[in-house]
Amino acid sequence: MIAVQQVSKWYGDTRVLNGCSTTIAKGEVVVVCGPSGSGKSTLIKCINGLEPFQQGRILVDNISVGDRATNLPKLRARVGMVFQDFQLYPHKTVLDNITLAPIQVAKRDKTEAEVAAMKLLTRVDLEEHARKYPAQLSGGQQQRVAIARALAMNPIAMLFDEPTSALDPEMITEVLDVMIKLAEDGMTMIVVTHEMGFARRVAHRVVFMDMGEIVEDRPTTDFFEGAVSERATRFLSKILQH
Amino acid sequence: MKLDFSVVWNNLPILFDGMQLSLVLTALALSGGILLGAILAVLRLSPLRPVAWFAAGYVNTFRSIPLILVLFWFYFLVPLIIGRPVGPFYAALIAFVLFEAAYYCEIIRAGIQGIPRGQRAAALATGMTQAQVMRHVVLPQAFRNMTPVMLTQAIILFQDTSLVYVVTLYDFMTSAAIVAQRDLAIVEVYIFAACVYFCICFTASRLVGWFKSRVEVSR
Ligand SMILES: Nc1ncnc2c1ncn2[C@@H]1O[C@H](COP(=O)(O)OP(=O)(O)OP(=O)(O)O)[C@@H](O)[C@H]1O
Ligand SMILES: [Mg+2]
Repeated sequence: MIAVQQVSKWYGDTRVLNGCSTTIAKGEVVVVCGPSGSGKSTLIKCINGLEPFQQGRILVDNISVGDRATNLPKLRARVGMVFQDFQLYPHKTVLDNITLAPIQVAKRDKTEAEVAAMKLLTRVDLEEHARKYPAQLSGGQQQRVAIARALAMNPIAMLFDEPTSALDPEMITEVLDVMIKLAEDGMTMIVVTHEMGFARRVAHRVVFMDMGEIVEDRPTTDFFEGAVSERATRFLSKILQH
Repeated sequence: MKLDFSVVWNNLPILFDGMQLSLVLTALALSGGILLGAILAVLRLSPLRPVAWFAAGYVNTFRSIPLILVLFWFYFLVPLIIGRPVGPFYAALIAFVLFEAAYYCEIIRAGIQGIPRGQRAAALATGMTQAQVMRHVVLPQAFRNMTPVMLTQAIILFQDTSLVYVVTLYDFMTSAAIVAQRDLAIVEVYIFAACVYFCICFTASRLVGWFKSRVEVSR
């Protein structure tokens, strides 16, 4: 479903991605981890064309992201994305946050979009907050709205960039629970996270990045129990201490 | 000294006409200034260098010339250039619009730039085009954040309309000055004028405060 082939990217003279390759099959859940600055965010932003890259190829459902002829808005409409800092629209209600793209991009009828949005809100357990503004919600609730907003376009895959790292500890579980349900429902997911419990529980594979390179790309049990590279071992021992 | 405010009462029609001119000029200059300012702001943010430079040059020029000079210029020089008089009202209106646009351009530009990049990324990620992101996500937030500053600038504009006396127009302040001198009631008329300006500007700045608190709540 998603193929990343020998992708390299530079910011000016600094190379931030170095020949990255991996493939994600339909229904697969892949966790991406690695030290700060290793290029995790950059890699997933390249997948939906939010960041351009200079070398290699990325295919999403057989459409080449980097191709000039590709209609990027159309491609992005089919890939959901969730950000570390939620990025809900502060001037719109929860319901309007979710229905904006379905109405403006997918040209769906307003009532129909709202009915669908209410179903999604029920799914993330927030139906009673539909008329509130983002600022009136806790971080965990905002992130669940952000997930619902991404799901509203019926994406074929979801990208998550550290969805729980801006949250207070007591709110992390409610967001992870939603993501676990999503994974169990068969959604294709790429999740940048340091929540190793989540990785063990739902990820099919773990990708470890360091200095712009994909250093490890293994089945989950293999990654946690098998012999991994020294760089990955060092990283794991650091984050598992907490 | 005895104050006799009947002079104000007796001259209400003149003062009212003056106030009408002040308000009409403010409203028209405000709309024109915001419209032209928005266009200039978009030009200033354009990736095309010459376009951005042109807009920046415009803004810097008008911000370094005193308003009164711009008024003079349009009243005396423009008729010489185009070969016919433009009339004091239109001369003043054009001058105000061009002058205010420079300030509104900067207010709007700052407002657009003040919206976090992440908002654009999030909106783009849902499949919206750049234009849709501007229209539904960036501009509504930018304008909401800008409202207090824009209103403050409008209050300054309203007070600045008193400068139109230099092009022979009678705004509220000029009318008051005429009445005051003609009827020898300087103290009464100027107290009245000060009260009127205070009431209008105080109400407007309370409005600014109300908008500010509203913007902060929904953040
Ligand atoms: N807009 C930019 N301009 C220049 N360099 C950038 C830009 N964005 C990111 N970088 C650099 O690219 C590298 C990779 O950044 P990236 O955000 O992808 O890392 P990350 O793995 O997501 O880190 P973190 O865990 O801190 O989120 C970093 O060295 C960063 O400094
Ligand atoms: Mg990151």
